[in-house]
Amino acid sequence: MSSAYELRMKNIWSLPRGELFHGGHNLCAGCTAGTIMRHLLKVAGKDTIVVNATGCVEVSTTPYPYTAWGVPWIHLAFENTAAVASGVEAAINALKLKGQLDPEKEVKVIAIGGDGGTFDIGLQALSGMMERGHNVTYIVYDNEGYMNTGIQRSGATPFGAWTTTTPVGRRIRGEWRRKKDIIGIALAHGIPYAAAANPAYPVDMVQKFEKAIQTEGPSLVHVLMACTTGWRFEPRLGIKVSKLAVETGVWINYEIEEGRLRVTTPVPKRKPVREYLKLQGRFAHLRDFEIEIIQEMVDEQVERINKMVGKQVIGPVDYGGDGKKGA
Amino acid sequence: MVESLEAARAQVPGVARKALSGNKAVAMAVRDLDVDVVAAYPITPQTTMVEAISELIAKGELDAEIIHVESEHSAISAAAGATAVGARSFTATSSQGLALMHEVLHIVSGLRIPTVMAVAMRALSAPISIWNDHSDVMNARDTGWVIYFTSSAQEAYDTLVMAYRIAEDPEVRLPVMVAYDGYVTSHTTEPVVVEGRERVLSFAPKRVTWDKLDPDNPITVGTLASPEYYYEIKYQQHRAMFNALEAARRVEEEFARVFNRRYGLVQTYRAEDAEVALLVTASYWDNARVAVDRTREEGVKAGLVKLRLYRPLPVEELARALGSTGVVGVVDRAISWGLPNAGPLYNEVSTALRDRVGARFQSIVAGIGQRTMLVEDFVKLFKLLYERMRGDRYSGETLFYGVRGA
Repeated sequence: MSSAYELRMKNIWSLPRGELFHGGHNLCAGCTAGTIMRHLLKVAGKDTIVVNATGCVEVSTTPYPYTAWGVPWIHLAFENTAAVASGVEAAINALKLKGQLDPEKEVKVIAIGGDGGTFDIGLQALSGMMERGHNVTYIVYDNEGYMNTGIQRSGATPFGAWTTTTPVGRRIRGEWRRKKDIIGIALAHGIPYAAAANPAYPVDMVQKFEKAIQTEGPSLVHVLMACTTGWRFEPRLGIKVSKLAVETGVWINYEIEEGRLRVTTPVPKRKPVREYLKLQGRFAHLRDFEIEIIQEMVDEQVERINKMVGKQVIGPVDYGGDGKKGA
Repeated sequence: MVESLEAARAQVPGVARKALSGNKAVAMAVRDLDVDVVAAYPITPQTTMVEAISELIAKGELDAEIIHVESEHSAISAAAGATAVGARSFTATSSQGLALMHEVLHIVSGLRIPTVMAVAMRALSAPISIWNDHSDVMNARDTGWVIYFTSSAQEAYDTLVMAYRIAEDPEVRLPVMVAYDGYVTSHTTEPVVVEGRERVLSFAPKRVTWDKLDPDNPITVGTLASPEYYYEIKYQQHRAMFNALEAARRVEEEFARVFNRRYGLVQTYRAEDAEVALLVTASYWDNARVAVDRTREEGVKAGLVKLRLYRPLPVEELARALGSTGVVGVVDRAISWGLPNAGPLYNEVSTALRDRVGARFQSIVAGIGQRTMLVEDFVKLFKLLYERMRGDRYSGETLFYGVRGA
């Protein structure tokens, strides 16, 4: 493809061997956030300042007096990460102009927030940061709920998911609203680069990190972060669940570069959403008709993306065998 | 006001003297301090300051990045982020804006980020009021910021210069708030000696005295502290406040030597032999001083004490100032709801000085939502206190001065 970006990460072997996100942190066994952060810092390199929102990653990687971070890292609060990052970036600009920092030295500013800290409580600060055009890469790791506080629903919780605040009972049967479209919101600010990534596709993910970091101005990468604890699957299944999200069309790996949408992981034939749902305890209560609603929602989403691309990059559902939907 | 005019005229020739409001004087201080990053959200009555700073940047007189944040919460967050990478940052607000910052105020002091903020004080909602009182700053008194109350445009300018010296002192490393009365000071034009960048920067040079975010020397800031560590970290923060008190004393002395303007952490007016004194803050210093003279003409030995540094509380200076006074009325412009003595400053001062001075303390609340306090109101207060002292009639409750229905 034609692109203004110079990608160093051609394949999995291009990834630097050195680690800037160190092991020994307190993330859950099987947590895919660690995978995401580790790859992010491999791409970013040492000349990076990370601003982190309160959340799983923050709380698990910096238990005083320890830290997992090999780059400068700061955390202030839950909802202000994009604002702190704005200040960091503005200060670097000011100090470079005044000769108090080496103007030749590139320092990347990366803001990291979970879905709660981004979709919900941090949305205002994020909007401000994007609208003002700060040269900040914003990474949202989306585990689809307030997992750090014990699995409460957020604006990113998908339809049908059980959480502790959308429990399953006679009147409520899990989350009853759709997930918020954070990339749509980001794009409405006219930002030059936004992408959806997934750690089951590490090369695609790191290439998106690379592009986002190289982007002049604000960029946002929305990363699906399968959560063993909150989604209720076995810790060994994190990458499998992540992969199924793409194979079923529940999650689409795509990017928008200067307004042009490209699906980076085409799926010629989709698996039924049931394949994705059935591995996760949070969907265990769903009845056939509810799974059917989710399937229809995914079908709509796929159709919308295909229409935007102008061709069928995500194919129809392959039910196998006799083609019956209830399989 | 008259005094500051005379003081201004007495200045050495060659030093610029400008007609500036409190807000504009602060903007000039921001320029002279060569602040690198300004992050502010407009709110009445702070607005004209942000406008003035924007003008200075637009004209190229101040070489700073301005962040047009979308809220005060983001203003203080961005300022903190800027200081964390080694910049000199500044923000300013009033009222609801300071309340919206509240969460982050604690974090900035807890992380020992030496930023500075100006507050044009305004009453808190509800009912919404754009007018002055001190409920905004009193609501922030336990956020771990060093807090100054200032009385004039000149004092606001001067204190902002001192504020960075104190904040950036390696033994302190705490944020500093410079407050003054909305409208009364923020919008009143006064003659102000503007020292200029060279003199100000030689007094408050830019040195990064704190651990900054630097890729060549990576640090982690803002960690999770377990019960094993949290208490010690917060205790160190409390101790740093007393280092700030020492630093404030030193900086006041040095400032007086260099710039020939002396304030002190506590200021007094005819308090030495006073039988009745008022303890006031911010702009009340002006009218109340005139009231002291008038009250004395009527035969009552009145005196006045102004608290300039509020946090850390300069107990020694207060004790010296009030040592010989019979009765002290502590004038609060905020209400601590549900206390019989409802003045926050009253409670703090009377407790801190209980075993140190012989004076009786009376809680007075006045000026809520900018209910005007004229010279004659302070005269009335002096007389009231004098009568109570003679009759030994102390109610043990707050005197709500100037309110209907009390």
